[in-house]
Amino acid sequence: MDNPLVSPDLGLIFWSAIAFLTLLFILGKFAWKPILGAVSEREEGIRSALASAEEAKREMENLQADNERILKEARVEREAMLKEARELKEKMISDAKEEAQAQAGKMIEQAQAAIESEKKSAMAELKNHVAGLSVEIAEKVVRGELSNKSKQLELVEEMLGEATLK
Amino acid sequence: MHSKTFKAFLTIFFLSFFATGFAGSKEPVEGDEPFDTNELIFHHITDSHGFHVAGDLTVPLPVILWTENGLVTFMSSEFHHDIEGKTIVERKGLKFVNLHEKIYQLNGGESAVNFDAELHPINAAKPLNFSITKNVFSMFLSMIVLLLVFLAAARSYKKSDSNMPSGIGRFMEPIIVFIRDEVAIPNIGEHHYKRFMPFLLTLFFFIWLNNIFGLIPFFPFSANLSGNIAFTMTLAVITFIITTFLGNKHYWGHIFWMPGVPVYMKLFLAPIEFLGIFIKPMALMIRLFANITAGHVIVLSLISLIFVLKSVWVAPVSVLFTVFISVIEVLVVAIQAYIFTLLSALYFGQALEEEH
Repeated sequence: MDNPLVSPDLGLIFWSAIAFLTLLFILGKFAWKPILGAVSEREEGIRSALASAEEAKREMENLQADNERILKEARVEREAMLKEARELKEKMISDAKEEAQAQAGKMIEQAQAAIESEKKSAMAELKNHVAGLSVEIAEKVVRGELSNKSKQLELVEEMLGEATLK
Repeated sequence: MHSKTFKAFLTIFFLSFFATGFAGSKEPVEGDEPFDTNELIFHHITDSHGFHVAGDLTVPLPVILWTENGLVTFMSSEFHHDIEGKTIVERKGLKFVNLHEKIYQLNGGESAVNFDAELHPINAAKPLNFSITKNVFSMFLSMIVLLLVFLAAARSYKKSDSNMPSGIGRFMEPIIVFIRDEVAIPNIGEHHYKRFMPFLLTLFFFIWLNNIFGLIPFFPFSANLSGNIAFTMTLAVITFIITTFLGNKHYWGHIFWMPGVPVYMKLFLAPIEFLGIFIKPMALMIRLFANITAGHVIVLSLISLIFVLKSVWVAPVSVLFTVFISVIEVLVVAIQAYIFTLLSALYFGQALEEEH
């Protein structure tokens, strides 16, 4: 095994170990640590920025959804209010109409009743008047008839005749 | 339009380096002596004291030895590029020679190393060698580059208010995040992965950068560090140590007393699983070493074809194939660094796995 290729030389082992360990120490302390620190810090920054952007997006979406919901609700409410108002209006109109009709009916009824009672009293008065007149006329006629004897007889005759006819 | 010109320029640039860089660094072929491909390739993929740039220009590197007389240091140029063990350097009363890039300490009165039948030196000792070799030099260079790049990257985060990187940091961040998201988290799990990130990142970039350095065929790169078994062994051993110390009850239970199988299977599996503890890091070590070394060997072999066949007409074919292999190697070096890191993470994850 005296082949120089595969017989490791002590000096080179010594210097390799020294060189490697020195590099490991210096680079580890002054290069790898700050570089890896900076890289991971930056990556952390990017990650958190992305996360917060995502968060903001979600919030925005929530806000938009809220807005939409509120808008929808408002629209529904307005619709409901309008409907209610319309119904109220119609009800009021119909109520008024009914009342007016009822009022009118009542007035007509009263008027009819008044007319009826007026008519009745007028008829009664007229009857009384006509009865009086008839009595007066009959008095007058009887008076005239009874002034003449023949006429009195004639009348009796006639009346009797009538009576038999019946 | 500009990018096309640029690409063409890059291609030619690299081609010329492959052609001149490698060819220029060949040992001169003498007369009719057959060209020694083996030696050339070995010379390039093994370590050396002194960094050969081009032609006669070699950058000397310090030789650091621990001997019975204490620490001995001198520049590799003292050997005058001699690797045959002929030039003797005397320090602190001890004599040193460089024989095939191994430093031997000669016993008193000797002037050359002699070996016995089993190739053990009989009249020389091997002192502990902590020299800054070509590979160590390349490793230090990669350390400097890594520190510059990643400290600058870390600074660029601090400068911005929103933790955004700029410049080199912007380029490195996807790779770091890749290691975290594709290697650490899936294998180790969300709970524990943070502890291992520094290790995995350092491992990945250290291996990758040294792999890339090995691919660049000119000074001060071109060292075959990550294709050196000592280097891959060190890293594999670190992974092994961490895995072993992390291992929880569940992990060891799985190794020595596999749950859910009959007793005779438990007895049968225990030694296999136990060997597995050591085989896993060894596989890590050999995989990286073999892949990177193989890449270097292929490129060098293709270039050597020109000299083996002694025909300049082979050169275009060689260079074409070399470029092709190099492009594949660019992928391979990244994949090997990734696999080493991935498997390390996987082993840590296994050691930490809880009962499910």
